[in-house]
Amino acid sequence: MTHQEKRAWIMLVVSIPAYGVYAGIILSRAGGQPLPQVPYAATLLWTIGASILASIVLEIALGVVNPRASRLKDDRDRQIGRLGDYTGQFFVIIGATAAMLMAMAGWDRFWIANVIYLCFFLSAVLGAATKIIAYRKGFPQW
Amino acid sequence: MVKPTQVTNSIRALRFANGEMTQADLAERIGVTRQTVIAIEQGRYSPSLEMAFRIARVFKVPLDGVFHYPDDPAAE
Repeated sequence: MTHQEKRAWIMLVVSIPAYGVYAGIILSRAGGQPLPQVPYAATLLWTIGASILASIVLEIALGVVNPRASRLKDDRDRQIGRLGDYTGQFFVIIGATAAMLMAMAGWDRFWIANVIYLCFFLSAVLGAATKIIAYRKGFPQW
Repeated sequence: MVKPTQVTNSIRALRFANGEMTQADLAERIGVTRQTVIAIEQGRYSPSLEMAFRIARVFKVPLDGVFHYPDDPAAE
């Protein structure tokens, strides 16, 4: 497995529990009250921070476990990286457009922040999954 | 539309004909990862033209001695 494929796996493995923990905490806090009244900002920032920290720790751990593993990045890695980023960007555009329309319509800040976070999460998962599929099944020829 | 590549190659045979060169040796000589050599050999990845020339140069054969593309039946 190349270094770049390991990084895609780390992104996938870290993003899903991070968002799952966030969604679990927010829903458990709601307890019947409307979601916009639930304090969310600190939890959102903490889960983003924790997922970044976990990615760094996992990457360092992989380097310690297998110090002789190649970190070379070649043409194929770059092409797969671009394909994954391009695919993941789809959700960033959806999130930004949705947030813009929600702000214009006067939605509560809770929903705007959460639609952006959800789309960042989906972008990360779709991008990482695309990269892993391209590494495992082959690079598509159009 | 995603479609499989029609390009095939003889890299595996050429490696064995050249002193049983390993995938890692070939990867090092053309400056890519071993996984990329494996993907090219298995037809899961079509290399760039430049990488294809580097591979052919390692085996000292012309480009079509390494990579093959089926004839177009309509042209015959």
